[in-house]
Amino acid sequence: MIKIDINKKLHGANGEMYLDVNLEIREGEFVALAGQSGSGKTTLLRILAGLEDAEGTIQIADEIWLDEKKVLAPQKRGIGFVFQDYALFANMSVLENLLFVKKDKDLAQHLLEMTELSELKNRMPNTLSGGQKQRVSLCRAMMNRPKLLLMDEPLSALDPTMRTKLQNEILSLHKEFGTTTIMVSHDPSEIYRLANRVVVLNLGKITNDATPKEVLLKTKGSQKFSFEGELLDIVKVDVIYIAIISIGQQLVEIVVSDEEIKNLSIGQSVSVSTKAFTPMIHGLIN
Amino acid sequence: MFEILSELEFEPFLLSFKLAAITTLILFVISVPLAWYLSQTSSKMKPFWESLTALPIVLPPSVLGFYILVALSQNSPIGVFFEEVFGIKLVFNFTGLVVASCFYSLPFMVQPLQGGFESINKNMLEASYIAGKSKLETIIKVALPNIKPALMTAIIVTFAHTVGEFGVVLMVGGSIPEETKVASVAIYEFVEVMDYTKAHIYSAIMVILSFLVLLSVYIFNGKQKKIGF
Repeated sequence: MIKIDINKKLHGANGEMYLDVNLEIREGEFVALAGQSGSGKTTLLRILAGLEDAEGTIQIADEIWLDEKKVLAPQKRGIGFVFQDYALFANMSVLENLLFVKKDKDLAQHLLEMTELSELKNRMPNTLSGGQKQRVSLCRAMMNRPKLLLMDEPLSALDPTMRTKLQNEILSLHKEFGTTTIMVSHDPSEIYRLANRVVVLNLGKITNDATPKEVLLKTKGSQKFSFEGELLDIVKVDVIYIAIISIGQQLVEIVVSDEEIKNLSIGQSVSVSTKAFTPMIHGLIN
Repeated sequence: MFEILSELEFEPFLLSFKLAAITTLILFVISVPLAWYLSQTSSKMKPFWESLTALPIVLPPSVLGFYILVALSQNSPIGVFFEEVFGIKLVFNFTGLVVASCFYSLPFMVQPLQGGFESINKNMLEASYIAGKSKLETIIKVALPNIKPALMTAIIVTFAHTVGEFGVVLMVGGSIPEETKVASVAIYEFVEVMDYTKAHIYSAIMVILSFLVLLSVYIFNGKQKKIGF
């Protein structure tokens, strides 16, 4: 069990705010940390790693990492950390990067095999692709069999195919090692596939804490599906109006009535849902 | 021509290189922790320490030499302390030259190292701390190997700069043959006594050596960039 109860004054882009987090995480849980940028997700992760100070307490099992009297150094926390920019040791080969953490050749071989990196073990980091670098970084983080694995948007710099591949690898590593994991992520499909709990931070406070299904699924009542998107344009075609909406990476056209367009304005966030055949469109309050 | 060359004394050059080698070694040991501190600190005192270490670049060597002379002479507390405790004099001998050179060349070692340390991806250092490594181990195994061009620049430029110093050496060391008469001082003396032939030869040797040193630094750093460091 990890008990976190911390607060810290932050100087964010929108002025000063307080990061105020009270959280309990069970052993083996995979927690996704979501929320808008500037909400304090990365800071929370860095405080857990001991890279930034804060007031309050952090306790993992019987070990105290932070209280009024002491701050345990990052060296002594026995965690793994995966950075968004990989942060591999550029002067060491793939294998050396792993062995630098712990001289455990068997574990290193095993991790490299799991992530299909065995053939690249003598390569230097700057000769690897982004996906390969992040796999090395993941293996490196697992080398000391961490009590807690922290990942700061580990896959956000990768293309979708590589993301899916790495998600599978993260999942199999999590299954094998059972490491308690906290991952910052913006990608709903990633959160849904990997995490069993989502904590949403907004301006330094937890605003939502539930399963991915509860947090991410937007359908209500008898709705068959429901998407959130941005209303880009309304075009009049003969006697009907067509709304052009951007949902994810796609643009869709939806027929709307005279009545409906009165309540819509271009640039607004909208939800598109259907109960039977004709999709319905509703403006969302930002 | 060969007669002149065979008559030439190379002792001043040897002395210059010995002085430069010892100074570079001492400064490396002092400057790595200092440059690391300056690169990592967010203290309000940082500009103060930075200005202090950069002072020898802007000060006339005579000013620096004068203060070092005053501070280390047998009349000063420091001079008395070294004389009584270790039995060594710090001025007008080789030891004094080393001390003076360390002050004079300090910025040339600190500044490239500090720049190098500041250019390292902070996450890389943090990854090392998280892996359980101390600051010292991180500096030796992660930071220094990742700033090879800056390291090379710092060492070579410090060495070359010490070989090329003149004012401070003259103030603190004078011109005692085989003790404090380094190459630059020797050239000055040849000119004073109007022995232009020897002054030419000595000067030409200095120009060629300095050029070769700089050339090797630039070639090395060019190659490092291609490797991707």
